[in-house]
Amino acid sequence: MGKTFAEKILARKSGRKEVVPGQIVTVKPDHLLTHDNTAAIIGKIGPELEEYGVVSNDLSVIVIDHVVPAANEKTAINHKKIREFVSRFNIKNFYDAGEGICHQVVMEKGHALPGNIVLGSDSHTCTYGALNALSSGIDRTEAAALMLTGETWLKVPESIKMTLSGELPPGVYAKDLILHIIGDIGADGANYCSVEFHGSVNKLDMEERMTISNMGVEMGAKNATFPYDSVTEKYLRSIGVQGGYEPVRADEDALYSKELEYDMSDIVPKIAKPHTVDNVVDIDEIQGLDIDQFFIGTCTNGRLSDLREAARILKGKKIAPGRRLLVLPASRSVYREAMSEGLIDIFVSAGGMILPPGCGPCLGAHQGVLAPGERCLSTANRNFKGRMGSKEAEIYLASPATVAASALKGSIADPREVIG
Amino acid sequence: MKVWRYGDDVNTDLLFPGKYTYTCSTAEEIKPHLLEDLDPSFAENVKEGDIIIAGKNFGCGSSREQPVLGLKSVGIEAIIAESFARIFYRAAINQGLVLIECPEAVKAYSEGDTIVLNIEKGSITVGGKTFSFPVLPEEILAIRDAGGLLAYTRLKLKKFKSKEAH
Repeated sequence: MGKTFAEKILARKSGRKEVVPGQIVTVKPDHLLTHDNTAAIIGKIGPELEEYGVVSNDLSVIVIDHVVPAANEKTAINHKKIREFVSRFNIKNFYDAGEGICHQVVMEKGHALPGNIVLGSDSHTCTYGALNALSSGIDRTEAAALMLTGETWLKVPESIKMTLSGELPPGVYAKDLILHIIGDIGADGANYCSVEFHGSVNKLDMEERMTISNMGVEMGAKNATFPYDSVTEKYLRSIGVQGGYEPVRADEDALYSKELEYDMSDIVPKIAKPHTVDNVVDIDEIQGLDIDQFFIGTCTNGRLSDLREAARILKGKKIAPGRRLLVLPASRSVYREAMSEGLIDIFVSAGGMILPPGCGPCLGAHQGVLAPGERCLSTANRNFKGRMGSKEAEIYLASPATVAASALKGSIADPREVIG
Repeated sequence: MKVWRYGDDVNTDLLFPGKYTYTCSTAEEIKPHLLEDLDPSFAENVKEGDIIIAGKNFGCGSSREQPVLGLKSVGIEAIIAESFARIFYRAAINQGLVLIECPEAVKAYSEGDTIVLNIEKGSITVGGKTFSFPVLPEEILAIRDAGGLLAYTRLKLKKFKSKEAH
């Protein structure tokens, strides 16, 4: 009997010939991601760090991104503690505020490679499945233990195979596809499972794959993974990685707990309504709904292709009066590219505000939080009640093109009507 | 003992709003905000030994640990749900918070029913009816028995060190 991606990678990484779903194995992840919560994590293990130190100064990738620049004294102190820790233990992979959102930075800097296991104290660590890694979120305490020991247990998950066919029509994006899938199987539809994408995945470029893998956790998945192919190789070359990794490919006759098929040609622009990500409708069911704030960015949709699509729609135009548009490039590198292509000028001229690369308003910590009764149309991955500030506010999720087209009207609009 | 009853998809923002994630990390700081946007009466009235019963996908969303730390520190004896989200489940093991995945027990419960738990044997009695739930594997129980992941890790580090010394 063949083996799934998760079974093969967990067997390899635990030094076993084979493993089966349900089995508990001990693994040493290739990297451990932590962000602003590094301060709280090291706070748990002060005496142990003094006595034993970190297990390796290359394991941790630390990115300050969640509240940048610091919003208040408390977050400033957290950042300071992290910098001191990095310097004291000579942590090799450290990116200070301004470099970008952790998941974008991990990918751009080559800290997640095909066949790697990466764990991170952030639920959207699953993003690196786009690159054929097994990556997953863990809590702060586990991150603390990993810093000391470099190893942890993982349960071998059951696997779900999602086979894609066709091609996304114009005005329809990876975001619409993943919202459709989550709407179809539910917010717990892949709970504890490893999700594998197969079929015409070659029609999806790396940034589209990242959007899809990023939202794996919104259907409960442990990881959401794409096979290694020419798209992966091309991306790795573009960031200066040539070889030095070992991709993992599921066997043709692997056993899946569920197999689903999606024809990408059938997908239309989608909206996830408040307050759960699986509350998904076709855009025509909700067109015209009045929106106060429009947000393009986040680890889901703040990459160059996202900004290009939004700018294509906003070029030479103005957003509707009395509305706010926030644009947040996912990293410094994305920001610079967007500047050199003139995209930033398009957003600012259209009436938008540019936020520094980071998590910004997505988790309601600062920058663009919502007042009671307000609605935000966002390219983020979560629309939970209270997430962006007031619990009386509403968050709707969509693709960058849908958000841009809607910003022009001041209400939810179909991007296919403005994309020629 | 009070039973707090909630529905499906109780996410981490409802359990502990994200806006406090980087300003509250101790039990005292977390407590006033527990379930703030879901049930404002919870933080004030919860008592040691109380139980939470919920629907499916409890704890979905963020990897933030405050919901687990907070519920453990106010003395929640167990959370019984139809299912739990994976990161929350792991975090609960790491803090020694008892989670019981038992959809039958959740469905059987009606207000006022007495709940009796036998965590070692994996059985739960709700209003006179008894159901079983899977007991954690040995490797995982070792973490709980040590008093949580950090205590477990300290033991492991000591063992490494004494081996090196010999």
